[in-house]
Amino acid sequence: MYATLILVQTLNGLQLGIILFLIAAGLTLVFGVMDFINLAHGVQYMLGAYFAYEFTTLTGSFTLGLLMALPAALLAGLVLEAFIFRHLYDRDHLEQVLATFGVILFLNQGVKVVWGASPLFVPVPDWLQGSIEILPGFFYPIYRLAIIAAGLGVAALLYFLVNHTRAGMLVRAGASNATMVAALGVDIRFLFMIVFGFGAMLAGFAGAMVAPILSVEPGMGDNLLILAFVVIVIGGIGSIRGAFIAALLIGLVDTLGRGFSTDLLRLVMDPSAASQTGRAIAPMLTYILMALVLVFRPSGLFPVKK
Amino acid sequence: MTGMKKLAGAALALCMATTAAAAQDTHVRIGLMYTLSGPPAALGEQSRDAFLLALEQMGGKLGGKEVVLTIVDDELKPDVAVTRARGLIERDDVHFVIGPIFSNVAQAIQKPIVDAGRIMISSNAGPSDLAGEQCHPNYFNTAFQNDQVHEVMGAVAKERGYQRVFLLTPNYQAGRDSMAGFKRGFEGGGEIIDEVYVPMNQLDFSGELARIAALQPDAVFTFMPGGMGVNLVRQYAQAGLTDRVPFLSAFTVDETNLPAQQAAAQGMYSGATWTPDMDTPGNAEFVAAFEAKYDRVPALYAMQAYDTAMLLDAALANVDDLSDVEAVRAALKTAEFPSLRGAFRFNTNQHPVQNFVLAQVAQRADGKYQTQFVEEVFTDYGDNYAALCSMSQ
Repeated sequence: MYATLILVQTLNGLQLGIILFLIAAGLTLVFGVMDFINLAHGVQYMLGAYFAYEFTTLTGSFTLGLLMALPAALLAGLVLEAFIFRHLYDRDHLEQVLATFGVILFLNQGVKVVWGASPLFVPVPDWLQGSIEILPGFFYPIYRLAIIAAGLGVAALLYFLVNHTRAGMLVRAGASNATMVAALGVDIRFLFMIVFGFGAMLAGFAGAMVAPILSVEPGMGDNLLILAFVVIVIGGIGSIRGAFIAALLIGLVDTLGRGFSTDLLRLVMDPSAASQTGRAIAPMLTYILMALVLVFRPSGLFPVKK
Repeated sequence: MTGMKKLAGAALALCMATTAAAAQDTHVRIGLMYTLSGPPAALGEQSRDAFLLALEQMGGKLGGKEVVLTIVDDELKPDVAVTRARGLIERDDVHFVIGPIFSNVAQAIQKPIVDAGRIMISSNAGPSDLAGEQCHPNYFNTAFQNDQVHEVMGAVAKERGYQRVFLLTPNYQAGRDSMAGFKRGFEGGGEIIDEVYVPMNQLDFSGELARIAALQPDAVFTFMPGGMGVNLVRQYAQAGLTDRVPFLSAFTVDETNLPAQQAAAQGMYSGATWTPDMDTPGNAEFVAAFEAKYDRVPALYAMQAYDTAMLLDAALANVDDLSDVEAVRAALKTAEFPSLRGAFRFNTNQHPVQNFVLAQVAQRADGKYQTQFVEEVFTDYGDNYAALCSMSQ
C-alpha cells in the first residue's frame, strides 16, 4: 500500500512541478534576458485561467477554449509589455517591483469587475473525465495525467526552440550578455518583446490547464508566483533547463513533504507531536531547500555563464 | 395676507415635525450586518436577501411597526465590523443589530452592542464563548451553536457504524473546533485514523486525496468552507472517491457552493438544521418566493435570516414601547413564530433548542442542485455551553 501511495504522490508532485515549470519558464527568461523582475507574472497565469473560462463557456468546448485562450494570453502579455513593462527595463529593480506589484493589484481587481469575485468553474472535457486504475485499487484522474503529458510536451518544444533555432540562440546569447547581442546588430527590444509574450503565453497555458481542477478566482496566481521565484532561484536565473529540473524538484519536495513528513516523524516522535510538527514543517521544506541551494550553489543549480 | 401665509406655513411645519416625531417612536430601527464583499459575500447576500424578502412580504412592517432598515458590510474584518456596529448604534440609533455570518465578527461586535443597551440577534455565527461564559440578556442566536452541526455528523458516523474515519480541515480555529465537535458526536464509535490540517486557501487537494485513497477509510468528514470546498468536492469526485468513501461534511456542500460544485457534489452528506425540501409549514412557499425573486436556491443562511424576521414580527406585536429593552427581551424569549425548520424555542442561554438533520445533495427535477432531508439526527437539541451561561443559573 505504501509503495503505491508514494507512486501516486509522486505523480501529484510531478503535476505541480509541471505547472510550476510553465510559469517559471517565462519568468526565468524575462529575469535572465532582460534583468527585469516581473511580479505580475502570476497575474498572467490567472488571466489564462479566466480566458479559458470565458472561451470554454462561449464555445462549449474546453479544447476550443484552450486554443483561443493561448493567443488571448499572448496578446495580453504583449499589451502589458507595450504599455507598461517596456518603460521599466532601464529602471532599477525596486521600481520594477513597485510597478509590477501595482499591476497585480490592478488586474486582480479588474477580473473581479469583469467576472465577479466568486470562484468560477470550468468543466473537465468529457474525453478526459474520470479516473483510471493505474495499479489495482489505485485510481488517478485522467485529467491530471493529461496535464503532465501536455507539460512535458511543452518542455520538449521549449528545449527544441531554445537549443536548436536561431531565435533560441539569440535568447541564450541575450541571457549571457544582452549588451553584446545588441552591439552585434540584433534588435534586442524586439527580442525582449517576443520573449515576454511567449512567457506570458506559457503562464496563461498553465492557468488554462488548471482551470478544470482548481477554481478560477481573483488572486489565484499570487501564491504560485512565490513558488515560481523559488524555482528560478534554485534552477539558476535565465536557465530553462534549470527551471525544469528545479520545478520538478520543488513540486516533488512540496507534495511528498506534505504527504509524508508526519509519517516520517512518527517513527521518532509520539503521534500527536508528530502530526503537529509535520504540519508545521511541511510548508517550510521548499524554502529550506532553497536556502540550502543558496548556501552551496549561490547562483543556482544550472547557472547561466556570464 | 403674507402674514397669514407665513403663519399657515409655520403651523404646517410644526404639524409635520410632530407627526414625524410621533412616527419615529413607533418605527423599529434595525441594522443588518453581513459580509457583503469578497468571495464569502455569497453567504451574506443569502441572509440579506431573505430578510428583505420577509420584510417585503409583510409590507415593510414587523409586528405592525414600520421598519427603518440599515444594511452594512462587515468586510469579514472584525475591526471594520466594530466601527460599523458603533455607527449603527450612534448614527442610526438602531434597536436591533442582526448578523453577522462569521464567528470572529460576532465575537468582536457583541460586546459593543449589548453594552450600548441594544439587542443583537446572531442569525448565523454561534461561537462557543457567546453561548457560554459571555452570554448576555441582550444577545440572541437564531441559528445554532457552531459545534452542533459538526456533532451531528459525528453522531451519524457513529450510528452508521463507521469504524475508520478520516478528518480533513483547514488549519485555523473554526477548523479545529469543527473537528472537536465531530469527535464529541463520534465518541464511543470507531477510530479516527488520520486528521489532516491543510493550510488556509489551499486549492489543490491531490495529496490529501491520495492519502484517503490509500487508507481507504469508512468515511471522510470535512469542514471546508467557501472556494476550498468547491475545489475539494470537485477533486474528490474526479478522483472517483465519491462512491467508495462516503463524504460527510459541514458547510462544505450547501446551496452557496452547489452552483459551482454541480454534479460533483451529488450524494455527499451535510449536517444541517433545515433543508429546502423539508416539509414544514410555510417552507415550500418560502423557497418558491426566494427563488422567484433571486433566481437561486436558498441556503441555511437564508432560512435563518427569514426566521429571524419572523421572530421579530411575532415578538414586536407584543411590545408597545421599544425603548423598554426588558420588555423587548421578554417578548423575544416567549415569541411563538412559525419557524421554517419546524420546532424552535430558546434555551436558557438564548440559543435555539431545535432538531438537527442529515442532508444529502441531490439534483431537482429542474436541474438545480440542493441539499435534501435524509433523517433527523438530534431532536430538541440544545448546546453544550448553556450550562456555562450565567443566565442558566
